[in-house]
Amino acid sequence: MKSKISEAFNNCKKEKRPALITYTVAGDDTKNNSLKILNKISKHADILELGFAHNTPIADGGQIQGSSYRALKNGIKLKDVFQIVKSFKKKYPNKPIILMGYFNLIYQVGENNFLNNCKSSGVDGLIIVDLPYPENKNFANKCKKKSINFIQLLSPTTSKDRMKKIIKDSHDMIYYISMLSTTGGKLKVSPKKILQNYNKIKRINPKKNLVIGFGITNKTIKSLKSADGLVVGSMLCKTITNSLKMRQNPVTKLDKVVYNLKRQII
Amino acid sequence: MSLKIRKNIPLIDQHDKNFMYGGKFGGNFIPETLKKPIDDLTKLFEKLRRDKKFLKDRDNYFKNYVGAPTPFIKLENLTDHLGGAQIYAKVVSEANGGAHKIYNATVHCLIAKKAGKKYIVGDTGAGYAGKMLSMAAKKFGLKCKIFMGAKDIKRQRPNVEAMRKNGAEIVPVTTGSQTLVDAVSECMRYWVSNCDTTHMCVGSTVGPNIFIKICAWSTAQISRELIKQVKEEFGKIPEKLKLINCVGGGSSAAGFWNEFMETSAQFIGVEAGGPRNSKLHAAPLTNGSKIGILHGAAQYVIQDSEGQIGSTESISAGLDYPGISPLHCFLKDTKRARYTSASDEEALKAYQLVSKLENISPSLEPSHAFAEAIRLAPKLSSSEIIIVNSCGDSLKDKDIIKQKLGSYIR
Repeated sequence: MKSKISEAFNNCKKEKRPALITYTVAGDDTKNNSLKILNKISKHADILELGFAHNTPIADGGQIQGSSYRALKNGIKLKDVFQIVKSFKKKYPNKPIILMGYFNLIYQVGENNFLNNCKSSGVDGLIIVDLPYPENKNFANKCKKKSINFIQLLSPTTSKDRMKKIIKDSHDMIYYISMLSTTGGKLKVSPKKILQNYNKIKRINPKKNLVIGFGITNKTIKSLKSADGLVVGSMLCKTITNSLKMRQNPVTKLDKVVYNLKRQII
Repeated sequence: MSLKIRKNIPLIDQHDKNFMYGGKFGGNFIPETLKKPIDDLTKLFEKLRRDKKFLKDRDNYFKNYVGAPTPFIKLENLTDHLGGAQIYAKVVSEANGGAHKIYNATVHCLIAKKAGKKYIVGDTGAGYAGKMLSMAAKKFGLKCKIFMGAKDIKRQRPNVEAMRKNGAEIVPVTTGSQTLVDAVSECMRYWVSNCDTTHMCVGSTVGPNIFIKICAWSTAQISRELIKQVKEEFGKIPEKLKLINCVGGGSSAAGFWNEFMETSAQFIGVEAGGPRNSKLHAAPLTNGSKIGILHGAAQYVIQDSEGQIGSTESISAGLDYPGISPLHCFLKDTKRARYTSASDEEALKAYQLVSKLENISPSLEPSHAFAEAIRLAPKLSSSEIIIVNSCGDSLKDKDIIKQKLGSYIR
């Protein structure tokens, strides 16, 4: 059986457009709001990434740090994250959800325990920022056995040999980090250059769904639309920050922003 | 299965293919972007540490720039005052810059030059790692950026001024607790974005494996000197010898003990117990913290049940860190070293006593080690030898000491 993530990419390919993948942090700015946000934006987004916050994130920039801080301050726990996924999936069982975070939270609760919770709440995939290849092989295999996608990351520093190995062991989706940066950095490489690298990776195995993330905003998304998928994260976290500052409703604000992102790539 | 230290293999090399010590400490829990820079640095370091020319360079800089050997002295007055074990100090604070951090900083600059990097970045807590890196960077013509918690910038003013004088840019870190833990995170984030042009120096034996190795390999100079000095003083290595060292990240202790690994010397590491009667501390080994992942390595770390890293509190900025080197986790679990803690108050008292009686004046970090020596010495006979690593000078703590004790003596 095809995974929901695969199906999402197939649907987008039929429509000749990239998949729009959003990232928001579970519990930002409250548990309720983050669920409402998922419900709203799932109308426009094809795949939803949901961050489980860690207070010592070594690869995240200011915007996602801010969102994680708000979520943790509001007392978000792993069990709440799974609850949010469960509630969302009740309404939208076919919309893929990917959890994203740091390994220590999984390590503490135990890999098997974590994966069982993923399974029972309906999580479709995982991105673990600080568990690189090949150290992640064991865990990635456990994921596969439970039909959960383990999403491997590639970066501009990844050598070609290494890419081949990673791609060979990858599941239904691979994440290409556009540039040397933490999340939310300003795009310091031209979209043309990013797509050049992208196409090189694509040639290694054209069948794999390869998405681009880091530095993608409403200003840059259009120029990258030939990719299989595009991830927007920090810009959404920033939207929440700003709407809280302006005392606006983050849910409606985010709905608009994601709608506008989508419009640019169809 | 009980863990064992293997003989005739340097401690830093006793890891498996995943860079884990004892199968559970260390490793490289890093974002994909850092895989290659870390692999490159690992290969370069493995080459350099076997390169005779590089070793000669290092030894020259240690001798003529750092000032080797640092003194090994008997603390006669303290010994008489306490009446028990004979107390000695390895006065590492006499090294150029005033602390052991100069060894790691010098080696990192040498490596950065070999790697062809023009920029170097580092983290700092007490400000020593930053001060030394800025000093060495200036000497080697590298542009230097130091990440330091905003709280530490306030409480370690003298070192901050020194860094500025050396031409380093100081980046205040205002996230989280605004101390060392946040400075290390921010420095790593910066490296993720700039690893193509910039060399990173981690200020202690923490972080991804290669940084632990480079740091412990550098500070090992302390015990290379000490083992000779001990043999000169006593004719051999005394049977009842205790080597006491403070541990925050654990770089000075790792270096202080390294050459004694296969002797009968006892190792005692002293963590920061924090303010008396406070629940906050920076002593993960003493207080039985669970293994977790911090800054790219598995280690005993202060955290909650979910895995969020806990807050710490210590009067000593250099020890105010929720984690501890994987090397020390390994030494603890193999029972090669014993770990305990001293409170803020005990450290202050120890600083005061040593500064009053002796010609040295330890900073608040080694004052934690002296506190343990002061506790132990009266219970021991005069045939027992205690050596404390006095790895920093109190001058940088002048403001805190004045505020806490009313006056500052040195």
